[in-house]
Amino acid sequence: MLRYLVRRVLIMVPTLFVTSALIFTVMSSAPTNYFDNLVQEMQAQGEKVDQARIDFMKHEYGFDKPPVERYFWWVGGLVRGDFGYSFEYQLPVRQVVGDRVWLTILLSFTTIVFTWLVAFPIGIYSATHQYSWGDYGLTTLGLMGLAIPHFLLALIFLYFSNQWFGLSIGGLMDPKYFDAPMSWGKFTSILSHLWIPVIIIGTAGTGSMIRSVRANLLEELHKQYVVTARSKGLSPWRVLFKYPFRMSLNFFISDIGSILPSVISGGELVAIVLSLQTTGPLLIRALQSQDIYLAGSFLMLLSTLTVIGVLVSDVALAFLDPRIRLLGGATK
Amino acid sequence: MSATPDILRVEDLRVGFAMQGGAAEVVKGVSFRVPAGKTVALVGESGSGKTVISQTVMGLLPRNGLVLGGRVLFTDPKTPDAPVDLATLVRDGPEIRALRGSRMGMIFQEPMSSLSPVHTIGNQIRENLILHRQTSRESMRDEVRHMLKLVGFKDPARAYGMYPFELSGGLRQRAMLAMALICRPALLIADEPTTALDVTIQAQVLNLMRDLQAELGMAILLITHDLGVVANMADEVVVVYHGEITEAGTASDLFRRPGHPYLKALLKALPSFDMKPGERLVALRDSGADLHALVPLRKAGPAGAQDAPLLSIRNLRKSFTIKSGGFLTSRRDSVVAVDDVSFDIRRGECLGLVGESGCGKTSLSKLMMRAMTPDRGSVTFNDGTREIDVLKLKGAALRDFRPRVQMIFQDPVSSLSPRMTVMNIIREPLEIHGVGTPKERTERVGALMAAVGLDRRFLNRYPHSFSGGQRQRISIARTLAMNPDLIICDEPVSALDVSVQAQVLNLLKDLKRELGLTYLFISHNLAVVDYIADRIAVLAHGRIVEIAPRHLLFSRPVHSYTQALMRAVPYPDLDRPLDLRLIAGGSASDPANWAPEFRDEGDPASVGPIDLGDGHVVLARPSVGRRELLAS
Repeated sequence: MLRYLVRRVLIMVPTLFVTSALIFTVMSSAPTNYFDNLVQEMQAQGEKVDQARIDFMKHEYGFDKPPVERYFWWVGGLVRGDFGYSFEYQLPVRQVVGDRVWLTILLSFTTIVFTWLVAFPIGIYSATHQYSWGDYGLTTLGLMGLAIPHFLLALIFLYFSNQWFGLSIGGLMDPKYFDAPMSWGKFTSILSHLWIPVIIIGTAGTGSMIRSVRANLLEELHKQYVVTARSKGLSPWRVLFKYPFRMSLNFFISDIGSILPSVISGGELVAIVLSLQTTGPLLIRALQSQDIYLAGSFLMLLSTLTVIGVLVSDVALAFLDPRIRLLGGATK
Repeated sequence: MSATPDILRVEDLRVGFAMQGGAAEVVKGVSFRVPAGKTVALVGESGSGKTVISQTVMGLLPRNGLVLGGRVLFTDPKTPDAPVDLATLVRDGPEIRALRGSRMGMIFQEPMSSLSPVHTIGNQIRENLILHRQTSRESMRDEVRHMLKLVGFKDPARAYGMYPFELSGGLRQRAMLAMALICRPALLIADEPTTALDVTIQAQVLNLMRDLQAELGMAILLITHDLGVVANMADEVVVVYHGEITEAGTASDLFRRPGHPYLKALLKALPSFDMKPGERLVALRDSGADLHALVPLRKAGPAGAQDAPLLSIRNLRKSFTIKSGGFLTSRRDSVVAVDDVSFDIRRGECLGLVGESGCGKTSLSKLMMRAMTPDRGSVTFNDGTREIDVLKLKGAALRDFRPRVQMIFQDPVSSLSPRMTVMNIIREPLEIHGVGTPKERTERVGALMAAVGLDRRFLNRYPHSFSGGQRQRISIARTLAMNPDLIICDEPVSALDVSVQAQVLNLLKDLKRELGLTYLFISHNLAVVDYIADRIAVLAHGRIVEIAPRHLLFSRPVHSYTQALMRAVPYPDLDRPLDLRLIAGGSASDPANWAPEFRDEGDPASVGPIDLGDGHVVLARPSVGRRELLAS
């Protein structure tokens, strides 16, 4: 197992290297770059183009050097923890992303917890009461959640809260707290704004989670070992949680790999509609304006989290399921 | 009340399953009793309702099952004056839960799926104690270890922390027994407890059940379709057919004077070693195979080279890597599955391959089909005109070779796709290899259906609407579609009832004769192999320990392992009980229990094949002479 762990961690290095090369290639293969766009935009607006400044910036960010050199410069920075400089904001990427990362993580974690809290009880109920009215009703509700697009739901919420309560539910806090330091008032303001995006982003996740919990549990419920457990005299609840539920968790753990990246990137469209101060809109804006260091560093962060997430879920699976741990490497 | 009180009395029990618009009755007024300390066998084929009866007793009926009438009286010897009617207890209520696992234990057919794969054996056995007898952690652990020792684990402390998949089938079933018996129940319900086990392991488990019964004084309700097991275990026998009891009485009454035609037919359908050459099994229902339908399937025999073996295997070897150990520390061991195996399969013969599970039977068949690649050795196939080196085939040549060797699998349920109609299933190989026009393919599928005795009108149905025997016949039809030369039958009847088994065996025999097929017939059931095979090879630890023509092997087995295998077969005959003393000595496949001339003492090269004449070859030390081997 130790050898397996070391090998898996070592494999991460080339994986991330290849990913970074791909990201960089895609972004620098666009026919224009940020500076061309800037010049065009300024000319279009009739402003005078300060060519000397543009050249200075190009030189500063290595745009006069070949792409390969620029790539290693960028990657070298990443390794040292320097994420580069955002042209658009004229700030280091680290500062641009700064606060938003924490808000995003808060929002995403709350959403994930919300999803689990709602989906697990409903999924378990649906599986144990298969084909009952309750099962049909809850499954239909889950399907609706799955089928309605996030941003549409966000628009509907916006409209009705304004129409009925005269409330503006946009943002993650009252505008007056935007740049203020953390205080009790800011904290409560965040909490009172948080629940609406959580519900909106969470519905689809809940819908699909209900379906997977139900399907996985149903499959396990018909296994012979459940009958064995009942024949020992265990109560139905203890049978359910010790055996089939435990087994159905495997799918859930293997899902951790995709949860980690979504923690910092979940719900971009909703964030735009509700003007949330999360990282999602930032990434989209950066991609549009070819702010390549901001976008590139951000994408690298997502890939790193994905790779770590997959590793975490694999190790957790091996830890929880002795079959994976002991039978894994056997050649069939 | 008589001297032995009845632990269980079932009176006029009727059980049904809720269906749309009413209930389908599957148990129709069944009455029997299980006296204290005795074994009662419930005999019947699948679908007869015998499992439903046991589920009713334990309160484990499926959700849509309901008791329509009758009583199930359970009398605990601890409280002899207060019988409980199990049929009236609330489903999964506290009363029935207090009895389950504590006063009534149950073991099931498939020990792998009956145990949770992610909990240790110790954890699962201890659970019973936690539920029914709250004592300290240490005393519970000690008791579990004691029980593990009682059921025959050599190192109980180590077994406590092991997972089910780390144990062999026999040990898993022992762990199941330990779990059912840890609270010393008054009644043990054993639902086909040895059907999934090898003969030698079966004999050991049966022996163990009898010993424990004597020691713990419990009653056993044994559910089985194997009359050999019944003859060796049961005091009383109840025969169930379509949810009704056709016959009941003491074992000696029933075996010596079977009254009902159903029981008589069952006894006749069983292959036995006493059959005369050429004698046919009498199937309860004839397969209705239309042998005339085979005529268009016959192909012209290949010209010349008829004497050359169809398939020769030389020095085949295959090893696997397995892992064991804890979370952070693991060991890798190499296990040799097939070790230096050489034999020929002659054209038109049926070669039986016998051995316990894990001895390499299935690996060997996969190597022959090129489903796996061996470490070394050769497989040569003779198609009548030339020799083909199977292991060197690539691309189109391999593709052309594939149809020549086909396979019939053990489990007729999982080897047919539930999402395809029978038509598509049988047609698929024809389509893969682009045989004929669509119209010709359809005609051929029709002919194949008739050949295995199934109605052409069933072609549009899905596998779930067929019984086990019918499904196995569909498998056979699919196999025949490609006109193979060699068919590998991997335990084709071990998942079937006795009555259906005879039907499928007869069909295989007829097809072989009519179509000139060659079989490699893999089985752990010696009686079945005896019925169908011309020559038999015995495999142990990946090596062929003995190979001989059928009559020679059965009349004059030489190798210790072959002899042990034959002793372990339970006969449906009260006068030939299992010789349990000979089996109880330990695992028959363990070379330490073999006679010294067959042991390799850690050096595989020290034993070699010795020809005893008439095609009888045994693996032994070369220093031992032929004469001595034959005399032993």
